Amino acid sequence: MPVQDLKGRKVWQRRSGRESLGHWIMWLVGVAVFAYCWQQISASTTWFFVWDAPRIAEDIWTRATPPRWEYITQLGKPIWDTLNIATLGTFFALILAVPVAFLAASNTTPSKLFIRPFALLIIVSTRSINSLIWALLLIAIIGPGVFAGVIAIAIRSIGFCAKLLYEAIEEIDQTQVEAITATGASRWQVMAYGIVPQILPAFAGIAVFRWDINIRESTVLGLVGAGGIGLQLSSSLNVLAWPQVSLILLVILAAVVISEWVSAKVRGAII
Amino acid sequence: MLRLEKLVKTYKTGDQALKAVELEIPEGQVLALIGPSGAGKSTLIRCINRLVEPTSGKVYLGGVELTGLSSGNLRRERRRMGMIFQEYALVERLSVMENVLSGRLGYVGFWRSFLRRYPQSDIDEAFRLLDRVGLAHMADKRADELSGGQRQRVGICRALIQDPALLLVDEPTASLDPKTSRQIMRLICELCKERGLAAIINIHDVALAQMFVQRVIGLRFGAVEFDGPPEGLTPDVLTTIYGEEDWEATIEKVDEDDAEVAI
Repeated sequence: MPVQDLKGRKVWQRRSGRESLGHWIMWLVGVAVFAYCWQQISASTTWFFVWDAPRIAEDIWTRATPPRWEYITQLGKPIWDTLNIATLGTFFALILAVPVAFLAASNTTPSKLFIRPFALLIIVSTRSINSLIWALLLIAIIGPGVFAGVIAIAIRSIGFCAKLLYEAIEEIDQTQVEAITATGASRWQVMAYGIVPQILPAFAGIAVFRWDINIRESTVLGLVGAGGIGLQLSSSLNVLAWPQVSLILLVILAAVVISEWVSAKVRGAII
Repeated sequence: MLRLEKLVKTYKTGDQALKAVELEIPEGQVLALIGPSGAGKSTLIRCINRLVEPTSGKVYLGGVELTGLSSGNLRRERRRMGMIFQEYALVERLSVMENVLSGRLGYVGFWRSFLRRYPQSDIDEAFRLLDRVGLAHMADKRADELSGGQRQRVGICRALIQDPALLLVDEPTASLDPKTSRQIMRLICELCKERGLAAIINIHDVALAQMFVQRVIGLRFGAVEFDGPPEGLTPDVLTTIYGEEDWEATIEKVDEDDAEVAI
């Protein structure tokens, strides 16, 4: 009861007395939990390593600079592989995501009871597992190399693309669909004329957005042997070749910056 | 030509939108359907082409009963019923020409329509219609570049290229200014006359309806309360349809409008 009557005058307060007491106790408990957790973490930390960190970091920095520039000749092929993994992976993901999205959207699904939950399951399950883990699984199944990377990226991206796409499908203007239906169009014609033109901008946006993410994801796939520049990164790390590591990081940075620029341009052109 | 027999629509929520509506429309008659919001006007015309499935009752178009048709046969019958919408319902991201040609979807196969390879006769007809409504120069524009009145003209072309026998018109002027509203109503009524089409026009604007149609149906709570010529809309009748209000002003306005149109 924030409004009180004091001698005929109405007084407004944000909280009543009981509410502010409750608030105060909540904060007290919060601070106590934080202090306890801090103590627990502190007890299980080897503080020597933490105090030592700046020195080690400085040591690695001096070893890593300057980058070994001549190593760049060996990075052309791996970075090209990485780009291909990202692009092909996105491409296959989109091909598979479109039907899944149409099955999952509540206004286009053939059956809300049976097919929609199945499509949603595909979306959730592919999204919930990281592409690195997909790559590990796929390397065991189809062997190491670029192909495993492409499939890992594709599977990981299906859920993401399908989710965004089915949300776009659910948000379309239904009267346009009605109008096309009223002409006597078939189910597929309604889709091609009533729905597809409405979701095309969303589709293009999703495609470049995911491609942009996949460039970043595919740079690490090589760490587990799925091809691309990550392979060079892990072997350089293993032999402690710090100047090579720094050069690889610079190349990855450049690739990501360029991909980000391209996707921003493409999205700007569409919308 | 169109006959509704005991048409009932009950929504899942339990709302009875139509209560055993009986209606018969002869060939070539243009009819206005008036009534307050929620009276079931939209439901009525959507039950005819089954964008909304009627709960019970029968709809005869010519000799064909529509409510029992399979989806394939329903599509064939839908070609004979052109529909015009309140918010135009054009596919915004397609061109004017594509929107007009989409009225032929019931006649061409999927791949032809998908690849936009319509028969030349359809394209000729599309240009003829666009020319008739004064939009021939707009054929290549995207639908969302057009003004409200222009969009509704495209909507009219889309309905007419179906070569329908009946037009179902849902609030054609609700989002237009008064002048454009009249132009659109006049255009629809002229085209119906030229082609001998019957039409059911849902309309809020009683005065506008009186200006253009031969027959008015008043709907209230899903039941027909009035069926007669526009002159029959007296204040008493309007009160039974819409409820208590001072109706003299509305009716006087009609007289002035008529005078203006005559000039």
